[in-house]
Amino acid sequence: MKKKMLSLVLAGAMTAALLTGCGSTGADSGSAAAGTTNDTAADDAAATDDAAADDAATTDDTAADDAAADDAAAADNAGAADGAGGTLKIGGIGPLTGGAAVYGIAAMNGSQIAVDEINAAGGVNGMMLELNFQDDELDSEKSVNAYNTLKDWGVQVIDGCVTSACSIAVSAKTAEDNIFQLTPSGSAVECVANPNSFRVCFSDPNQGAASAQYIGEHSLATKVAVIYDSSDVYSSGIYEKFAGEAKNQPFEIVTAGAFTADNKTDFSVQLQQAKDAGADLVFLPIYYNEAALILKQASDMGFDVKFFGCDGLDGILGVENFDASLAEDVMLLTPFAADATDDLTVKFVTTYNEQFGETPNQFAADGYDAIYIIKAAAEKAGITADMSNEEICTALSAAMTEIQVDGLTGLGITWDASGEPTKDPKAVVIKNGVYTAM
Amino acid sequence: MKKIMINKTTKNDMITYAMVILAYIVVQLLIATGHVSSLIQGLLVPFCTYVIVAIALNLTVGILGELSLGHAGFMCVGAFSSAVFSLAFKDAIPGGLRFLLAILIGAAAAALIGFLVGIPVLRLRGDYLAIVTLAFGEIIKNIINALYLGVDGNGIHFTMKDALSLDMEEDGLMLIKGAQGVTGTPNDSNFTIGVVLILITLFIVLNFIHSRTGRAVMSIRDNRIAAESVGINVTKYKLIAFTISASLAGVAGVLYAHNLSTLNALPKNFGYNMSILILVFVVLGGIGNIRGSIIAAVLLTLLPEVLRALSDYRMLIYAIVLIAMMIFNWSPNAIFFRKRLKQRITAGRKPGKEE
Repeated sequence: MKKKMLSLVLAGAMTAALLTGCGSTGADSGSAAAGTTNDTAADDAAATDDAAADDAATTDDTAADDAAADDAAAADNAGAADGAGGTLKIGGIGPLTGGAAVYGIAAMNGSQIAVDEINAAGGVNGMMLELNFQDDELDSEKSVNAYNTLKDWGVQVIDGCVTSACSIAVSAKTAEDNIFQLTPSGSAVECVANPNSFRVCFSDPNQGAASAQYIGEHSLATKVAVIYDSSDVYSSGIYEKFAGEAKNQPFEIVTAGAFTADNKTDFSVQLQQAKDAGADLVFLPIYYNEAALILKQASDMGFDVKFFGCDGLDGILGVENFDASLAEDVMLLTPFAADATDDLTVKFVTTYNEQFGETPNQFAADGYDAIYIIKAAAEKAGITADMSNEEICTALSAAMTEIQVDGLTGLGITWDASGEPTKDPKAVVIKNGVYTAM
Repeated sequence: MKKIMINKTTKNDMITYAMVILAYIVVQLLIATGHVSSLIQGLLVPFCTYVIVAIALNLTVGILGELSLGHAGFMCVGAFSSAVFSLAFKDAIPGGLRFLLAILIGAAAAALIGFLVGIPVLRLRGDYLAIVTLAFGEIIKNIINALYLGVDGNGIHFTMKDALSLDMEEDGLMLIKGAQGVTGTPNDSNFTIGVVLILITLFIVLNFIHSRTGRAVMSIRDNRIAAESVGINVTKYKLIAFTISASLAGVAGVLYAHNLSTLNALPKNFGYNMSILILVFVVLGGIGNIRGSIIAAVLLTLLPEVLRALSDYRMLIYAIVLIAMMIFNWSPNAIFFRKRLKQRITAGRKPGKEE
């Protein structure tokens, strides 16, 4: 009998889950209609609803509110529907579970802070912003599923994806559907191949070439060793361009030690190679977790050398149980430093700390900037919530090349039609445990 | 009254074909009338992919009786070989013909690899196939992650080091870019092609099972010594079944690769987790039960997406549903309960008739 009960309950749970899944999509698209086209949608919604029919006769606005309020699933929309200009639906996509979850969650939190701030300040052109962030599990197939889920929800602008491969997969679909896409941190070149896609962060080649030029121009070294993650798109992408640009610079690459995601704890071999080759600078186009281990192991083997990294190294001072003194004199090119003292950064870091209890990393800053860039472009293009996705896409894509945004990740950022941002990389050096501009 | 006598197995197979065709017609009707959400429309091709690979694995696990933990690896081989082909001949060959060739290339590449893996391993008794295919799946993923392949005016360039050592000309086309994989594969897959491929897969597998060769394979599964004693060449028949299974998995890979514009060999899509997931489809659907594999593959692909509204809890619920389905399908008590329920329903409808 227990089994019987159990299977009945579970079968019921499954059916219920299936129904709620379908139900919420239906309800959401219904409320999307109510939110986007005020008059007609309100009438339609009211006509189907006898109770609201009376209200509809008096004022359209209240009918819209009623229709929205009727939707339990869209309860959070009800407040937004009050805005005179309706709601602009922004869909975010990124990894919220699995190994890369830290990036997706950071971007989501950063974006959410920006959305809240903008809504509190009265929205964009009178429109409220609404963010729906979907998980892609760092899988391009799932990211397309996430995108389709957002489409069912009635998304108008895509803020994603957080990672490169997913971003490429989704940008093929947004180009087909004519939905404007702005990736906060998809750094591979192909992410912005389509005319409707733009990015906030530097591209990989951009960072690699900029690093090589910086080292060359400032005569930081004559012999450079590189340690990079060959299984990571970001890391190998930067390395390739770095090595390409290095040929034009007054230094040579003496060794290039690669590691993969499967063995990223012991770097003594690569460090020994670099030491034997007499390198006076080690270039680390990798993320900070591995970099922290490399710094520790280099210090253990008495290898005293300069380290130079890219934006992935940002966050190294926050690694748990990491002796920050090891990072002394490490140089990095980064668009964002959490301990910068300008007002915008201080405000963002404080809010982030209050809401999520941690110091934001560069992905959070990219996510924050992405929303403000969408806002700037939407204001420039005069976007309203009742425009179709095609109109929004065309208008935003055109406006992107005309705006200039001062964000957390750079001042006076501009875009050209290729979708690449133009901003100056900031080189910082770690002195006495804090980032100091070079 | 004379009844038209249809062979029981034929009838059973016909139900399977009819189920797939009916599902296709229903979905097409729903799409035409605008009742299908974008999410489901986007999932249609993945459904086909996973159904094909589940049927393929069922051939190895259910009919051959060997455990393979590397079917994601065969998918990977099929996916990358066909994606490279499609990218290289993107402009040279028109869409339909190119995709047909891509499918054949993917199937052939996976079959070849399956054959090579099978030669030494299928001679052995015990669980060696599981061990070797598990390793194979990981190896193929890592090789592809280190592989750089490009083509330009001077011919094909190939290296395992990095993109620079390819020494490509400016106008060269990068086919596989190491960890970045293949980008820009034409999106040739669609639901109709997927369903046609499922039907072809079913046709191959079901006919194989009922053929002379299939009976020989099943006799090896049931009693190897007895099969050997009547003169069946064990290794040969095992190799035939395994190679067919691998090549069908390769076809699933082709479908996967041409559904997305980017293809990377990640642990997520071609790692052993994926192989286990395919095995879960087969086990939940019933080992040796082809129709069950189809249903299980569709349900378990759909479930995590439908549960999106529950955000992070969906992983938890997915696991619970897996366990519940496993109990419902395989626990002796649950089987007894299902039988009794079935009996009661049939007894209620037609008194006196026993199942």
